[in-house]
Order: sequence, then structure tokens, then C-alpha cells
Amino acid sequence: MELIKSGSNINFVGKMKMAFTFSLAMIIISIASVILHGGLNYGIDFAGGALVQIKFHQEPSIDSVRSAFKNIGLENSIIQSYGSNEVVVRAAESSADPKGLTGRIDDALTTAFGKGSYEIRRVEVVGPKVGKDLTRKAILAIVFSWIGMLIYISWRFEFRYAVGGILALVHDVIITIGAFSILNKEFDLTIVAALLTIIGYSINDTIIVFDRIRENTRKNVKQSLADTINMSVNQTLSRTILTSLTVFIVVVVLFFFGGAVIHDFAFALLVGVVVGTYSSIFIASPIILAWEDIRPNIKRKK
Amino acid sequence: MLKSIKIRAVLACIVLIAGLFFLAPSLMSSLPDLWQKYLPRDKIHLGLDLQGGMHLVLEVDTDKAIESAMERTSNDLKEALMDKKVRFRHIERTKNNTISLELPDSASRAAFEKVMKDHYPDIETATSQIRDGNETVSLKLKDKRKNEIKKLTIEQSLETIRNRVDQFGISEPEIIPQGEDRIVIQLPGIKDTTRAKNLIGKTALLEFKLVDEEHSIDDALKGNVPDGSIIANENRLDRQSGRRTNIPILLKNKTLLTGGYLESAQVKIGDRFGEPYVGIKFNAQGAKDFDRITGENVKKRLAIVLDGIVHSAPVIQERISGGEAQITGSFTMDEAKDLAIVLRAGALPAPVHILEERTVGPSLGQDSIDKGLWSTIIGAILVMLFMIVYYKFSGVVANVALIMNIVVILGTLAAFSATLTLPGIAGIVLVIGMAVDANVLILERIREELRAGKTPRAAIETGYSRAFLTILDSNVTTLIAALFLFGFGTGPVKGFAVTLSIGIVVSMFTAIFVTRIIFDHFVWNRKIQTVSV
Repeated sequence: MELIKSGSNINFVGKMKMAFTFSLAMIIISIASVILHGGLNYGIDFAGGALVQIKFHQEPSIDSVRSAFKNIGLENSIIQSYGSNEVVVRAAESSADPKGLTGRIDDALTTAFGKGSYEIRRVEVVGPKVGKDLTRKAILAIVFSWIGMLIYISWRFEFRYAVGGILALVHDVIITIGAFSILNKEFDLTIVAALLTIIGYSINDTIIVFDRIRENTRKNVKQSLADTINMSVNQTLSRTILTSLTVFIVVVVLFFFGGAVIHDFAFALLVGVVVGTYSSIFIASPIILAWEDIRPNIKRKK
Repeated sequence: MLKSIKIRAVLACIVLIAGLFFLAPSLMSSLPDLWQKYLPRDKIHLGLDLQGGMHLVLEVDTDKAIESAMERTSNDLKEALMDKKVRFRHIERTKNNTISLELPDSASRAAFEKVMKDHYPDIETATSQIRDGNETVSLKLKDKRKNEIKKLTIEQSLETIRNRVDQFGISEPEIIPQGEDRIVIQLPGIKDTTRAKNLIGKTALLEFKLVDEEHSIDDALKGNVPDGSIIANENRLDRQSGRRTNIPILLKNKTLLTGGYLESAQVKIGDRFGEPYVGIKFNAQGAKDFDRITGENVKKRLAIVLDGIVHSAPVIQERISGGEAQITGSFTMDEAKDLAIVLRAGALPAPVHILEERTVGPSLGQDSIDKGLWSTIIGAILVMLFMIVYYKFSGVVANVALIMNIVVILGTLAAFSATLTLPGIAGIVLVIGMAVDANVLILERIREELRAGKTPRAAIETGYSRAFLTILDSNVTTLIAALFLFGFGTGPVKGFAVTLSIGIVVSMFTAIFVTRIIFDHFVWNRKIQTVSV
């Protein structure tokens, strides 16, 4: 069985301008969304604060939970439904004094709902210092991984390949973050982990194409770079789509069956896999061509 | 690459069996004794998010430790200078942990400098101003000494907390330093988190001070605190209403005896009301001091102060030479037990603040395990089905590699006693999707070569060799990303990076090495004419 017939000859390079425009639009939308929202919906990992996940025997009304928390000053927290019969309460930094918080929440809930009709499943309290720390580490991790990739690809291929690869990665990360911003989904540590995974996976994808381009430029020295790239992308299309497909299947499973805790993580991966595949085909490789046009590489030996 | 199929097959089997070997203890909880002797000790550890438990990050207030050191030095210096008859004025401890004093003339200055050189090598002059012959000197601790104190404080805190947690009875706690002044504590399976936090965070400084009965407490409250005395709060429980109130009490500031001289502390039940209290016993030196203090102060009140709060201030009826005393204060059984624990373990050298707390209840943990398991199984089945449909027999080969993958990955995790977290399980699921990548690469390449007209043998040969470099490059880059994830991540995220990294390496091995064995077997040994791919 074959999804992509061999001998396909789609002019990917020809579609370069369209793809670039489309991507640019997506990137602008993403950045605009972040600016309009005034930043991202930071989870407590970055903003500090407290998060409590409570399971009730019966579906509680958000209002009843809110009024239960009135007495301990948490009525301004964000309270959301979470899974079945569960509720997640997010309290901001100032109202979350870690020392007695769990005890006070317990007391408030007992008073309002009676002991035994609820269960505190999870508590997370992050002080401001730790929040800042984690933010810093997250940004460093992403930036350094980009740099790491740049160096490795420059070494294994050529610098212009690395440029294409890294730009594709930056493109992927921005658009994924944009998706989170547009849907106002919570952005915490596990999402950063997802971003790093997307970086790792997307470059994986991109290198498959690069490898073929490298092989073909060696084999067909007379061919123009544009044609070589086109040929290479077409030849690897089957592989690229397929590898993305298997990962996509797996992430969809995680999305539906993985549970509420990694639900958003799976969502990030879903967006990332799709965008990553797109960027490997339409962005990374054509950039090599564009780079060549801007700064022609005289010794095309590699 | 070893040419012989047999040798390669044996190698692959060895790896598979090794994987099972290391995995066994994790899967079977109660093995017959004979097996236990031969199987490795290590199991896969479940992260806190899977087994439930509490994760705390504490910050030790090392500044306070330095403050206390300066306080002690200041008092010490005062006595030393008076001893050596060096004239000085206004010695006091100021902000920024400095001690300032005035030296009225050059003679005292010289004498002062001698005392400093001989007895206080850790202190240096920060600033000195001379005005009208008076020199005002400001002293501070040398940086080297400051760092020493910081390190010592952390070490002591670690030890004390370990002692306390030990006595609390938690299996497999983890207490490790982080950075310069932080301590990370992991308590798996803990139920009463509030009690644990109190136990860990309590400074537990026990002091014995005399009650100042010469001055009036009301006077002091108005602002006239007599020299050498301080106001403290006495915590009393009203038996009928059950409410606790704070009553101010005036104490003499000087600490006569501290909890450092305790030999043991036990919970006992009082005869009168059946109330729990803590019976303490001093060590030899402490008993002697206690004897002297009680002897000198019969009929006076001795306050027992814990972390600045007075628990009780009984009247000393007579000299106590047995070195035993009681700390009463209307405790619940749990409170008494915990007090005994912290007294036995010792006081923390400096206060600690909780920076981060993450607690997962056991039911959520179990839920997460179930969901993780289901995702893995369903994901694996779907992928395997797809491989068979798309690649037919070659797909089956890839599936065999996949199963071996999972076994070896889990075995490796067990061998390294790695921690499996929920994101870690997600990592395994992801690896299932990505592992097939490598197989897809090889199989697609083989298809191409077959289309180009090569024989099955040649096609397989070329397929593997060409694909190898690609697989290497693409996986190394993913590994780079996983490395950074590992570096910056904490807890669950680290677990994800670990399973991802191990997964990538193992899947490279199975895709390149193991599947090749199977293909080669069919092509060379069974001499099949076409490859079903």
C-alpha cells in the first residue's frame, strides 16, 4: 500500500512564495495574539501561586466552590471544571501563603461540603522565586537547543542548511505558542517540555529532507539547486508524511486517553507535529535556496 | 557490522533477555526467594505524580545564620574586651551584620587591634572613622568565614531534616541540597502533608529563660521594656472553649539553657488529665547546668520557650538535679509526638521557608498510572496495525522491533533506577511513534531500491546503509533537545527527558541492528526472491 505514489513531482519550490507568505501571516497572528492578550496565560510554574485539584462525589457548581473559598480569601481565584466531577482552583501569588494553605482549604471545603464528599487530589504551590527561576530556565533551554542544533547541522551539513533548519524551528515554536495564546490555554512547564519535544522532532523531520538534498547535490552536480531541492522533497515526501502520521496517531491517543493532566501537553504536540511537518517541507528546504540567492556559495562541493 | 547472522541474533537475544532481567523486579512484587538472590535490586521508581507524595523546595535563611553568628561574636567580643581592660564605648550590632564600636584613644586602639589579631581572625574591619581622636570602627565577618558558615548551615539543616523525616517514618524519602541555599525534599506516599510540613519547617529552638518578675508586664507593653528583658507570648489553651490565646509575658533575655543539651525527649501521658506531654532529659553537661540554674532560682518562674513562644512557665519548687523536666502545654497526641521528634532531631540552625510545594494524592497517582498504561497499549496497537497494513510482512518485522524496544527501554529504566513519571509514560508513547520512524526510513529506502530494479539482497543492503546516516543525524538532534530538557526540567519533566533519550537510543539499536537480522535471515538463509514491503 502506498499513500504517496512514487514519481510525484510537485513543485514545492515554486510554491515557496505562497508558503512564506502563509507562514509569515501565521507568525504575525501568533505574535499579535500574545501582545493583545498581554502575554501568555502563564500557569503557576511561571507566575507563582497555588493550584488545587479537587474531586467531588457529585458535580459541584463553580459558585458553591467559590463561596466556600470566600472565607479564606480565595474567592478571586480562577475556578474551572477539570475532568469529571473535578475542579481546579488557581490562586494568585499574593493570596497563596504556602504554610497553612492546604489546611485552610481543607477546612473551608469541610465546612461547605462536609468531610468525605470531596478529595484533594493535588496541590501545587510555587513561590515567586521559584517561578522566576523556572521561567529563566525554560527560556534558556529553548534558546540553547536552537543554538545546539545550529552548530550540529552546520557541522554535518552546511551553514545554509542550518539556517533553514533553525528558522523552521523558530517558526514552529512561535506558531505553537500562538495556538496556545489564541485559545487562551494555560502555559506551564509541561508545555515548554512539549515545545522542546517539538523542536527535537521537527528537526528530525527536516534532516530527513536535508539528507536527501545533500545526497542529490552530490550525485547531480549539474542540476540547479532549485530542481535538486524539489526532487529531494518529492522523493522524501512519502517518508516525511508517514513518520509524521505515526507520531500523530500516537499523540492523538495521548490526547484522548492520557487524562486531563497531559491533555494540554498532547495538544501542544499535535499542533507541533502538524506545523513541524509543514515547515520541513515548505520552509526549511526553500530557505536553503533563498539563502543561496542572497549569499551564493561558490564551492558547491558538499 | 558483524556478518554472521547467528552471532547477531544471539547478541540481540542477549539484549532482550537483559532487558527482561532488569525489568523483572519491577513487574513482580513478590518473587520466590531463590529468584530474588539472582535478580537485581533496582526497580523502576515511580515518580511522585504516579505514586502520590509531596515534593518540597526549602530555602535556608543563611543570612539569619550569619546574623546569629555575629550576635554571638558581638557578645563574646564585649566580654573579651572588658576582660582585657580595653576601653571602648557603644558596642552594638547594626544592620548589614556589622558590629560597631568606639575607641576613645590610640592606646585602646592598639589594645583592640591586638585582641582582634589574637582571638578573632575571622573578623575584619569594614570601615573606620576618626573624629576628635575617637575612632568608630565597623567590623564584619570575612567573606571566607561567611561562606563557611553558609555551607555549614546547609549541611546541618540537611542532617536535622533527615533525622526528623527519619523518625516520621517515611520510606524512601529524598533530601538533597540544591544550588547554594536550597533543599529539595521528596516524600513519597505521605498522607498528612500539613503535619509533615510543620515537622520539617519548625526551627525548634528550645530555650529556658527566667521570667522577669521584678518589672511589670503592662509597663513594658506601653513601651518601657527594661534593659535585658524582652516581651514574649505565652500560648494558653482554654480547656472549656478549646481556644488558644496569646498572653504577653516579660522574660529576662538571657538564655540559660538550650535544647542543644538534650539527650532525649519522650511523649508521656500525664496522670491528672490524661494529657500528653513531652518529658525531656538533659545530657551530663545540661543536667549540671540545669541543677545550677534551678538551685540558684528556687521559687522563681522558669519559662520554657519554643521558637519564641512560651509554652509554660512553672515555678521552680526546688533544685532539680536529675536533669529531667517536662514540657506541658495542652498538646494533642500528634503535637506531642512531633515535638518529641524535633527535640530529639535537634533545632534547625536557621529558619527555612517553603518555596515550592507539589503534592499529589494517591488516587490521582493511580489514575495517572491507569491512563498512562491505556495510552501506551492503545498507541502501540494502533501503530502496529498501521505498520502491518502499510508494509505487510516488513511491517511485522518492524513490530517485533517495537515490542523489543518497549521491553529494553523499561529494562534500562529499571537498571538505572530511573524514575518514571506521567510525562515519562508520555515519552514512551512518543517513542513508539518515533521508533517506527527509523523503520519507515529503512523500509521506504528499500522500496525505492526495489523500484529501481535491485535484487532483494542489494535493496536491503543499500536501504540499511543509506538510511543509517539519516537515522543517526535525525536522532542525534532529537537527543540534543532531550538533553536540554533534562538540564532545565524538574521532576516530572526530567522523567520525560530520560525516557525520551533512552527510547531514542534503544529504538536506533533495534531498528538498525535487530530488524536487519530478521531480514538477512530471510534473504540469505531462506533465500526468498522478493521482499514483501
